[in-house]
Amino acid sequence: MGTTTSPTNVEDALEALASGARVINGGTDIMVPINDGRDNVESWLNLRKVKSLHHIEKSGEGLRIGAGVTFATIETELADVAPALAQAASTVGSRQIRNVATIGGNVASASPAGDSLLPLLVYDAQVELTSLRGTRSIALNEFFVGPKRTVREFDELLTAITINDLRGSQHFAKVGTRNAMVISICSICARLDHERGTARVSAGSVAPTPVLISSAEKALLSPQGSAEFSRLVVEASSPISDHRATAEYRRHALGILAERVHRKLWQETR
Amino acid sequence: MSIVRLTLDGKSVELDTSANSSLLRAMRDAGHTRAQGACEQGECGSCLVRIDGIVQNSCLVPAAICDDATVETVASLINQDLADAFVKHGAVQCGFCTPGFVIAAEAALASATELTHESVRERLAGNICRCTGYHAIIEAVLEVSQLRRSSTR
Repeated sequence: MGTTTSPTNVEDALEALASGARVINGGTDIMVPINDGRDNVESWLNLRKVKSLHHIEKSGEGLRIGAGVTFATIETELADVAPALAQAASTVGSRQIRNVATIGGNVASASPAGDSLLPLLVYDAQVELTSLRGTRSIALNEFFVGPKRTVREFDELLTAITINDLRGSQHFAKVGTRNAMVISICSICARLDHERGTARVSAGSVAPTPVLISSAEKALLSPQGSAEFSRLVVEASSPISDHRATAEYRRHALGILAERVHRKLWQETR
Repeated sequence: MSIVRLTLDGKSVELDTSANSSLLRAMRDAGHTRAQGACEQGECGSCLVRIDGIVQNSCLVPAAICDDATVETVASLINQDLADAFVKHGAVQCGFCTPGFVIAAEAALASATELTHESVRERLAGNICRCTGYHAIIEAVLEVSQLRRSSTR
């Protein structure tokens, strides 16, 4: 018989997790294959009542975002401090999806198309994993190992995303078949911090995981570098053809997005 | 199977459910058919309900996690002015998508921001209609938005 555990604190959640229950909070991703009969759940670990997972804490130049924070909250509350993340959040599904879909779910699901993953990569975010054995923190860049695969162990709960530094101009862009409700065909995020001379760029839906593209950072730091930047971003991508788009279209669209993002960031910094 | 007890439109109900059953399926299997089911993947919005105050797709929530929840369907959430505007503008044709559109529209109308043609389209982007063509629905929502703003002034 199926059981459902609805703990109110992380400690109780970890006990249920270690016994093999399936984690659910928003449910917007996990329920689709279940409705389709392609997945089967015996018991649920419902995180909706674990209040401590639903907080955003600001600290210095950084943030600690609880895994249960929804995209609706991020979209409104982080628009000023983390604009690229807020932009990405606002493109996730519909209003009713964003009302419940969480950032922790997006990260743990590790889709190559996960919208929030790109800004988190350019923020050099860390993933906090908690188990009965303790807590560890791992760079998001090292968290993904393949499509929908991460280094998270089965008894570890993704409890928070931490970011040390949000400074710099930043922009997120994605291409899809509609202006709303789309899984990205390709996406890009870039951050340019003039004062410190640092740049980061990430891309989605163009590799087995969302990727940081360090080879294009130097071109992002050059105001005249948009064509070079675009070329390097495309060169670093390895898209596939699938039911959403061909690899050729993805490379083409990614190049255009890269050029636009470069121009936009330099316009903002002038 | 296990029993989930919740409040549905103000009444206590019991739903017999398995871990894999969405709230939508559990409600409909028990004869509570105000939420419609179509895509069952969060694309069409026809199954919208409000659970503990949050508007969401009932197809994407396991019934099993809804024990003790307060669930509201279109029957609890529609106001007469919006119903009248839907009729006036011909925003209903076959009616299948209407409960979902009404819930999304009432949530948009309840938000503090002033609605524009563009913002209504954005707020209703997760609801699909295959017959009216959206125009009439958007007009109805905009009219109610103006009516409610002028009446509170």
